[in-house]
Amino acid sequence: MIPPKKKIRIGWFSFSCCEDSTIVFTELLNDHWKEWKELFDFRHAHVLKRNNVMDDMDIAFVEGAIASDEHIKKLTTIRSKAKKLVAIGSCAVIGLPSAQRNTFTPAQMQEIQFLIDRFKALPKVLKVSDVVKVDAQVPGCPMDPKLFLAAVDGLVKEFLNA
Amino acid sequence: MHTIDLTMDRISKIEGAASLDVKVVDDKVTECRFATTEYKRFYVEAMKGKPIIALPQLLSRICGTCSNAHLLASIAACEDALGIVPSKQTMLLRWLTTYGLNIRDHALHLFLFVMPDLYGKDAFLDFDENDPEQHQQLHDGFEIKAAGNFLATLVAGRSVHALHPTIGGFLHFPDAEGLQEAVKKLEAIRPAVLRLIDTFAKAPFHFDRTTHYMALVPERYDFLTGSIYRTDTGETIPPKDFRNHLEHVVLPYSQASAYTHKKSAYMVGSLARLNLAKDKLHPKTRETLGKLLDRFPSTDIFDNNLAQAIEILHCVDDAIEILTTSTFKPEAVIKKPYKAGVGIGVIEAPRGTLYHKVEIDAKGIVQGGEVIVPTNQNQINIEEDVAVLVEKLIPETTDKDKIEFEIEKLIRAYDPCMSCAAHFLKVKWDKV
Repeated sequence: MIPPKKKIRIGWFSFSCCEDSTIVFTELLNDHWKEWKELFDFRHAHVLKRNNVMDDMDIAFVEGAIASDEHIKKLTTIRSKAKKLVAIGSCAVIGLPSAQRNTFTPAQMQEIQFLIDRFKALPKVLKVSDVVKVDAQVPGCPMDPKLFLAAVDGLVKEFLNA
Repeated sequence: MHTIDLTMDRISKIEGAASLDVKVVDDKVTECRFATTEYKRFYVEAMKGKPIIALPQLLSRICGTCSNAHLLASIAACEDALGIVPSKQTMLLRWLTTYGLNIRDHALHLFLFVMPDLYGKDAFLDFDENDPEQHQQLHDGFEIKAAGNFLATLVAGRSVHALHPTIGGFLHFPDAEGLQEAVKKLEAIRPAVLRLIDTFAKAPFHFDRTTHYMALVPERYDFLTGSIYRTDTGETIPPKDFRNHLEHVVLPYSQASAYTHKKSAYMVGSLARLNLAKDKLHPKTRETLGKLLDRFPSTDIFDNNLAQAIEILHCVDDAIEILTTSTFKPEAVIKKPYKAGVGIGVIEAPRGTLYHKVEIDAKGIVQGGEVIVPTNQNQINIEEDVAVLVEKLIPETTDKDKIEFEIEKLIRAYDPCMSCAAHFLKVKWDKV
């Protein structure tokens, strides 16, 4: 792919999850790092860098489920700054398995309720599309690498043709 | 005399989300809180009511990067509960799975998280391809990671949440072509691994402190077998008794908790393993490294990075030996009738000793369990070290950026995993 004159500005964000898709992303870098280095301006990615900037992005990749008001606030900010938002992996797309407490029995809920209260977690864990508009989804636990590459390819073409 | 409140909301280039609060009054640290900010996902509660056959795949989801370690620890616990003894071939395949995991996971930590600090860069991808040394590091990093990823994928089906390992054996077996390809890839990265070891042997960061080290000491340095050994007391603990030797410490400010042994902090991970078992490394690894291994036992926390690089070489050498001397044939999964019981699995995950306990009923339904991860065990050591570091830095500088950078470097040397740390531990905070 010919690198664009102006790099595509991306962010990678993780909410409540095991960050398996982040690991798959770092493994995809093994084969794609040269291309992506030319193509992308990594504005925000805690796994890769220290100096992260929350400003305008072309694409925000969002991994994980939404478990607190603080998460909702941050996700809403990301959405407001991103032209496209992609939900990454099972927890972002359907909530599970991070949202497994939503399925607990009353007895199980009684065991954990004091922790939900203590850390001011939401009564129910949400998927990303419960909170903001999602432009594309990459399901899988972890995300399916082929579907991720196809989604990236489609979005990159869209930006290059814009 | 200085008084400082330092708050770091998000420590970068570690696995997961962590924060740090340090209060300094008159040059003395009065409070140091290293906390995970990951929200609990309640895996230990979610175990209850699940059929045992589903448990290892569920608990693998505690952590992405350590997923195959959780998978293997949970399988070991379930097999213990059911009275299953894995076959020799199964153990070889599990060792290969673990070697693939450690190569990939240590390389991720050393190249993407730590190495930018050595070169004064913000990110590994910022390395200059026109600089011969940085160019080499970029290529080495991605090639080593890819070889570990290939090995884990070949043997276990995936390098994250692997599909083939199961209670009683494996569901799929590597073919001869794949095995040959794996050997080629591992042999090809060996020079890069030696360059990585050289980089960390010469790294200028040091933080000496005396602590206690604990790890499984195996016969083969295979990460899956052996007894727990503690350095200072010379005490050996059978893995099944490990939990009885740990005291749980509540951290009201964190989504995670901590552990002590005999009321003192201790360290687990690569440095602990190498300090305790360097003589068990693969003979080729020992021969190649020669006098460099005299550096261990080491009290320099930053030598955890060097120990990880050395473990990559061991994993490469032992994996090549297994791959070139073994043939793998389809083998039926060992099954035993369900019975009520308790099982315990203790392994060395990349970041240290990982403990899984499961209790099942006569129908094989999980009644409860416990998971203790390495980062919870290193928690108190980390806080103590950060406090000492800050007190050392304060007379020289009050520049918060500089202090934060130095703290992050030290915390990164521990290679904490906050996704693991924030799985649900059954802690009754209200009673504290």
